[in-house]
Amino acid sequence: MTDLPAPANPPFRPSMLINDRRYRSLTFQVVVFILVMAAAWWLVDNTIRNLAALGKTFDFGFLWNRAGYDIPQTPIPYTADDTHFRAAAVGLLNTLIVSILGCIAATVVGIAVGVARLSNNWLFARLMTVFVEIFRNMPLLLWILIIYAIFTEILPAPNAYRGEDPAWSMILWDNVALTNRYTAIPTLGMTNDPGSLDLGARITISWATIAIVAALVLGWIVRGRIRDHAQKVQDKTGTRPTTWWKSLAVMTVPTLLLIWYFGLHLVPPSLKGFNFSGGLNVANALVALWLALTLYTAAFIAEIVRAGILAVSKGQSEAAFALGMRPKRTMNLVILPQALRVIIPPLISQYLNLTKNSSLAIAVGYMDLRGTLGGTTLNQTGRELEAILLMMLTYLALSLIISAGMNVFNSRVKLKER
Amino acid sequence: MSDTHAQTVAFVRDTMLPAAPPPAQQAGAVRWLRENLFSGPVNTVLTLLGLAIIWFLYVAFGDWFAHSVWNADSLPECRDIIAQTWGEGARGACFAVIRERWNQYVFGFYPPELYWRPVMTFGLLMVALMPVLFGASLSIRRIVLSATVALTLLAMIALGAPIVWLVFAVAIMAFAFYASETEITRLLPFSALFPLLGVWLLWGGSLWGPIFVLVGPVLGWITWRVLSPRSAMLATIMAALVTVVFWLFVAGDAAGDAQNLLPMGIPAVASSSFGGFLLSITIGVAGIALSLPLGIVLALARRSDMFLITTLAVVFIEFIRGVPLITLLFVASLLLNYFLPPGTSFDIILRVIIMVTVFAAAYMAEVIRGGLAALPKGQYEAADALGLDYWKAQRLIVLPQALKISIPGIVSTFIGMFKDTTLVTFVGLYDPLKSMSDAVRASTSWKGIYWEPYIFVGFIFFLICFGMSRYSMYLERRLQRGHR
Repeated sequence: MTDLPAPANPPFRPSMLINDRRYRSLTFQVVVFILVMAAAWWLVDNTIRNLAALGKTFDFGFLWNRAGYDIPQTPIPYTADDTHFRAAAVGLLNTLIVSILGCIAATVVGIAVGVARLSNNWLFARLMTVFVEIFRNMPLLLWILIIYAIFTEILPAPNAYRGEDPAWSMILWDNVALTNRYTAIPTLGMTNDPGSLDLGARITISWATIAIVAALVLGWIVRGRIRDHAQKVQDKTGTRPTTWWKSLAVMTVPTLLLIWYFGLHLVPPSLKGFNFSGGLNVANALVALWLALTLYTAAFIAEIVRAGILAVSKGQSEAAFALGMRPKRTMNLVILPQALRVIIPPLISQYLNLTKNSSLAIAVGYMDLRGTLGGTTLNQTGRELEAILLMMLTYLALSLIISAGMNVFNSRVKLKER
Repeated sequence: MSDTHAQTVAFVRDTMLPAAPPPAQQAGAVRWLRENLFSGPVNTVLTLLGLAIIWFLYVAFGDWFAHSVWNADSLPECRDIIAQTWGEGARGACFAVIRERWNQYVFGFYPPELYWRPVMTFGLLMVALMPVLFGASLSIRRIVLSATVALTLLAMIALGAPIVWLVFAVAIMAFAFYASETEITRLLPFSALFPLLGVWLLWGGSLWGPIFVLVGPVLGWITWRVLSPRSAMLATIMAALVTVVFWLFVAGDAAGDAQNLLPMGIPAVASSSFGGFLLSITIGVAGIALSLPLGIVLALARRSDMFLITTLAVVFIEFIRGVPLITLLFVASLLLNYFLPPGTSFDIILRVIIMVTVFAAAYMAEVIRGGLAALPKGQYEAADALGLDYWKAQRLIVLPQALKISIPGIVSTFIGMFKDTTLVTFVGLYDPLKSMSDAVRASTSWKGIYWEPYIFVGFIFFLICFGMSRYSMYLERRLQRGHR
């Protein structure tokens, strides 16, 4: 073995900036950087000149002016005398409400349909396939419009529920009334109201809510302790103590006690005059949007769930059966953990899609973020640039928060590979 | 041992019994029913539930569909016909609206005497797509091509297309048949030229515009040929520069002057006349054609080892994916005027196409990135070992495999984008779903008709999207290599 002399580093020549791979990428990046900066400068310069020509300024002060318009459905108190900022906050909350309700319902329906498509039942599996294909291959806007049209065109006015022998009757044990303007659902009433906590800005939270949430959180923590203890006992002795009734008890008993203590009960809506009152009258825009988002996204989630379960190779369940595991344990311990690894990432993007698709509320006039900040506020103040930028950034932040949160969940269910 | 055994057995059958038929419960339809519909209590309940759903759908919609009327001029007339035929109080669908408003749904407000132009454009589009979509199978090409030619020519004749254009279409289609039977790649130059031809046919105007657009790349190519012996990179950069400079600073004026000297062209149609499925398909096809290359570039940029490029790609992709398409469309309709030099304004359909493309490209980039990540590292290393440079390695080894893996994702992005073309209604364009149906309802004769337009438009969307997803399955099967 002879030692080869180390290759001499050639002196730097300008042509190496293009011909030498070590320098070429640097050159390229510098060129791209200059181009991007030039483009950004061009855009900003154009914007400044255009704004100057129109006599407009770029500032967000308009957010603190009086909004002057009403919003039909407000999760926090809001009147026309409030600011545009509060209107935008109401819109954001409305977006969140329909998104969260939609995500929950779409997950439930999607999992049910996805599993049903895999069922041995020929008829039912085919029906579910038809459902999935129909909803996946038509625009979401179509579903929103159709469901909204069903609500406004087919359902009766509230007074159809009037009289001894009404034309329509309430469903779900006289708790829900479907009308062409709103869906009347029961509210929660309390006989022993503990009052509310004032968070400022006219936002209040009932102490009962706080107490029940606290009880649930505490119950969850205690449940974790019980499972840890059971694991320890199992590691030491080999037999796992039965814990399911303890877990169930710590989760439910305190909550039930609190519900009994506060006298929590459903107040069903009842027809008074021309309208239902007593309950909560949910605007049909929300219900239709929620239903459409749910069914549309559920079709996609069903495919994801089905693909996830099919992705677990058959050998896995056969091996589990060979070890003598029963079907339920096989599902819980062998198939689901592996299927979830495949299911969760696309599920996250479906949740994100649903949240973004909720901006189609524009089709039914539901006042979400786009309806308030990007709609009425924009039209009233004429501040397109600020309103749309703020709206896009809010949606972006919302997406990033959801995907960050779901990624944490994903890393917890992800199969740990060693 | 065997002897004792033979003597202790009294009788040994030495011929086979004829096979007996299975018991009645284990054969034929009965067995199928037992296995697939009634194998257990849960299964039986599901079957009954399924039957209940079908029965419910039949009761709810069966007579409505059965009583549908296809020939009437207004909704009241429709209702009269239903009442006369099926008795008072009978329900029925009035699909006559589709028949009466067919042209409006398909062409929007395009001038009726020019309807043949979109028809010819989409016939030629199918021809241009032939080598791309059905390059592998002669029999499929024959079927699709024959159907396209027959439908396009018949429709053009029915719509009164000028004889010159009929001859033009027939010439191209004859050439397509010839190419399809001999060597389908001969049709590729036509496919490459089609975007210009299609845009010109749809919007009309001076022929000099597309000609001068074409001159740009030709000049670029000449530059490339002159410079490429000296340095390939310099030649590429200069060729691109020449093309862009020509387009930006020369083409417009030159086309205008040429038109003044020698007027050549067809009647122009304004973007505001576009509507219905013509609009959806135009935006959809343009978005599909543009978003795939852009998505590939973005995906490669995101996986690049140059820090600045990766950062830019990540910021762009995540920003676009983080906001709803509606907000981007609002940017196109409301904000673009702020970002461009004062006084410029360009076509709203073009703006929408740009936004839809950018939106789909960001999703496409993520799908393709998944395909690139799924490719075994050995493939990249093999490309390096062969001494291929970056672009050759991507073009010859990495992308063909990565794109093949990502076909399902790519096609579902296409489908999503095509469905999203309905959202252009919110920036004032006449999409077939909402704006067009609203326009139909706004007339006195069709006031109050809701379901039929929605069902019709939904059905067309279903056909196109379902067709695309089936095509992607066919493509996946066709491209399957190994993995058996």
